[in-house]
Amino acid sequence: MKSAVIVFPASNCDRDAKVALEEMTGQTPHMVWHQETELPDVDLVIIPGGFSYGDYLRCGAMASQSPVMRAVRTHADKGGAVLGICNGFQVLTESHLLPGALMRNAGLKFVCKPVALTVEESQSAFTRGYENGQTVTFPIAHGEGNYVADDETLDRLEGEGRVVFRYQANPNGSARDIAGILSEKRNVLGLMPHPERVVDPATGGSDGRALFKSLIEALS
Amino acid sequence: MTEITSAIVAEHGLSPEEYERIKGLLGRAPNLVELGVFSVMWSEHCSYKSTRAHLRKLPTKAPWVIQGPGENAGVIDIGDGDACIFKMESHNHPSFIEPYQGAATGVGGIMRDVFTMGARPIAMMNALRFGEPDHPKTRHLVAGVVSGIGGYGNCMGVPTVGGEVNFHRSYNGNILVNAMCVGLARTDKIFLSAAKGAGNPVVYFGSKTGRDGIHGATMASAEFDDASEEKRPTVQVGDPFAEKLLLEATLELMATDAIIAIQDMGAAGLTSSSAEMGDKGGSGIELNLDHVPQREANMTAYEMLLSESQERMLAVLKPGREAEAERIFKKWELDFAVIGVTTDTGRLVIKHKGQVQADMPITALSDAAPVYERPFTHRAPAKGEPAYDKSRPVLASLEKTLAAPDMASRRWIWEQYDNSVMNDTQQHPGGDAAVVRVHGTKKALAITTDVTPRYCRADPLEGGKQAVAEACRNLNAVGATPLAATDNLNFGNPQKPEIMGEVIAGIDGIGEACRALDFPIISGNCSLYNETNGEGIFPTPAVGGVGLLKDASKMATIAFKREGDVVILIGETHGHLGQSIYLREIEGREEGASPPVDLAAEKKHGDFVRSLIEAGRVDTCHDLSDGGLLVAIAEMALPKGIGASVGQASIPHAIPFWFGEDQGRYLIAAPFAEAEKIVAEARAAYIPVAELGKTGGNEIVIDDKARIGVAKLRAAHEGWFPDFMKAEL
Repeated sequence: MKSAVIVFPASNCDRDAKVALEEMTGQTPHMVWHQETELPDVDLVIIPGGFSYGDYLRCGAMASQSPVMRAVRTHADKGGAVLGICNGFQVLTESHLLPGALMRNAGLKFVCKPVALTVEESQSAFTRGYENGQTVTFPIAHGEGNYVADDETLDRLEGEGRVVFRYQANPNGSARDIAGILSEKRNVLGLMPHPERVVDPATGGSDGRALFKSLIEALS
Repeated sequence: MTEITSAIVAEHGLSPEEYERIKGLLGRAPNLVELGVFSVMWSEHCSYKSTRAHLRKLPTKAPWVIQGPGENAGVIDIGDGDACIFKMESHNHPSFIEPYQGAATGVGGIMRDVFTMGARPIAMMNALRFGEPDHPKTRHLVAGVVSGIGGYGNCMGVPTVGGEVNFHRSYNGNILVNAMCVGLARTDKIFLSAAKGAGNPVVYFGSKTGRDGIHGATMASAEFDDASEEKRPTVQVGDPFAEKLLLEATLELMATDAIIAIQDMGAAGLTSSSAEMGDKGGSGIELNLDHVPQREANMTAYEMLLSESQERMLAVLKPGREAEAERIFKKWELDFAVIGVTTDTGRLVIKHKGQVQADMPITALSDAAPVYERPFTHRAPAKGEPAYDKSRPVLASLEKTLAAPDMASRRWIWEQYDNSVMNDTQQHPGGDAAVVRVHGTKKALAITTDVTPRYCRADPLEGGKQAVAEACRNLNAVGATPLAATDNLNFGNPQKPEIMGEVIAGIDGIGEACRALDFPIISGNCSLYNETNGEGIFPTPAVGGVGLLKDASKMATIAFKREGDVVILIGETHGHLGQSIYLREIEGREEGASPPVDLAAEKKHGDFVRSLIEAGRVDTCHDLSDGGLLVAIAEMALPKGIGASVGQASIPHAIPFWFGEDQGRYLIAAPFAEAEKIVAEARAAYIPVAELGKTGGNEIVIDDKARIGVAKLRAAHEGWFPDFMKAEL
């Protein structure tokens, strides 16, 4: 599986994503600077966590207008896989590659802690290595992860099996405990928790490994 | 030109004698710009004029020390060509006035100190002291400081992995915000600030200069009074996005060989950074302020020189490398400008709009700054064994102690910090020391910050020793070899002989312990004048310690891991209740002698415990500190909900035994066969050792009689902080 990691000026989980990809695929991903207008030929694009352009405006709002996001949209339109983690999820909703928006946490504070998630949907390139109903623990680290969408959109997401991860104890006020969702074509996943921080038992756990293994199987 | 009157001199925080000294050094009266420069360079904050003579007594060398005090941060060798660079620094005065920005810029400032030297920051710690919980400002200050630290550190993508927090009325008018940054570099890629050689370009990069923070260093060198709120405009405003760009751009520039010297602009901004670089390089510096990137129109030379705008750096490049550097900063969308040149005159010359605005010998600003051997008196240490009510039930006191403001879980705080970004955090907040892996290796750094202000108040000498001893214990307890420390000396007004006595005794205590424990001080910071309306803080010499685990897979944590492990106490228990948490929280008194520190025993016990962990024989260990033995047992039971049944056949007095704060002690837990061997080895080495009982169940049981559920203790321990902060919202 060939992969790329997008690097905005204040991305700060870009290295973590790179290390996780190296660990899981044995290959170094392309690190793609935000001003690039084209992507290398890859199967997977990761938009990592961080603060993209400082996020003094709505998180991800400026990033959605960046040159590289046009290339990411083209990649997604062609059916290429895109994984947006944390700030990457925010960028994806701001870019309308995923529906809804991520608002300030209901508790109004940044929250960093491991959270238990239920895998709601194993029928995807991202989650085929998990079982439906399985509990996994990924860390969250965000101030604005409160997922909102109108009821119609939420119903549709649920009905189409696009709610992939759900919080078991909602840490941020997200509608219907949603932690991660798929695009209509199921090739774009955005989630607030960090699977790339749980690929090494020495630093937090290994529950994220199956997500990368799923992608390798599906995309290689 | 403004005439320098005695009122203007006083406004600049300079004494009449200091003003006369300036006139002597210049051979004439300074102009206003020069007076401003002297005022910041000679401020306590920049010149260490009250402490310098005493700081010289600290041990700063060891075979593994690459760079001791005097640079932006200290550097140690951690093997394999890796260097660890770290420092702790205070941002006390600004944080009290404007907690969010004060704390945020404190984090930014200490990060710059570390990456200025070529290191990528890999961990942040912070040592915080607030006023009593009931004080009307405390919640507001806690909320602001914590979100400021988080707001800055989280954006930078550097994990904040631990720290300490105390509440006490002595901090009602002066909170303490001490931030520590630890970074990693290669030993052959360390950057220093000596601007050697003449004719080299002096370049400015980072954010633009504005009018913020003018005279911040001078403010940090004075006491507060009721009008201190008016000083808000002297607090700087942080921009972590700019700092993230600055970090990446600086490291990218450092990957070239274009830099001769580099220094961040911290306190006293452009003035201090240029004077220090010239001073260390033995050269002169000429700056043309016309080229300084400016955020506001019509800034004067005085304002530009004294601005403390954040996220700025100054460097001296090799001639001809300016364009290469400019390309890097352009990529990161940061300002870059050549603003001057190094000279061989030894003078700092400032030009603006075609005129020389200042012309001073650099040594006048640095070496010639006054050094005061201020008069001091040593207050007699507090003495005595305090009385206590022998009838109080032990476990009820345990529950109450675990929920005391100084003892309750700090989860409310550290869940607001990203503590796992960079994916190398192996031990998160809540243990004895944070453990952060050296990226790509099996090595890890252990990091801790420690001081017990109530001990320092009772006996500054023993308190200084204790701060160092506890830092070493916390490192040993995870299995790390203590390597070096940074100190952040927070005290009141040094012009009062009693306070100066505390400063000297505190430094002496730290020095004595560091020598005995082979734990040199490689960087540090002093924060004096922490007084409001004449009331000083408790002496608070915080020690930030760093240790190395050669094989992090052998790391120990505090959590009981198995049922049936034997709980072993290492070290001597006399039952010292003086200045203890128990005495304060249960008896409501702060009195008695602070616990004496036996440095030889500290060393011996620490080496013993660490060798067990390094050998892979012990994975469960906790140092004994605040609250004593029973509190430590409870803290080991809480993480996994595994209880313990403990007791001793012949305890003369239960309360001092369970709650005394004797030093030099550790608890370990190990399976039976291993435990028997450990006990025998300790006895053979004449190390006091006692088997206290076994792990298991979901209760803490003492003497097979009294019992309390771990869940009940957890509710008390976890509940206090969120309940306390609820009233803020």
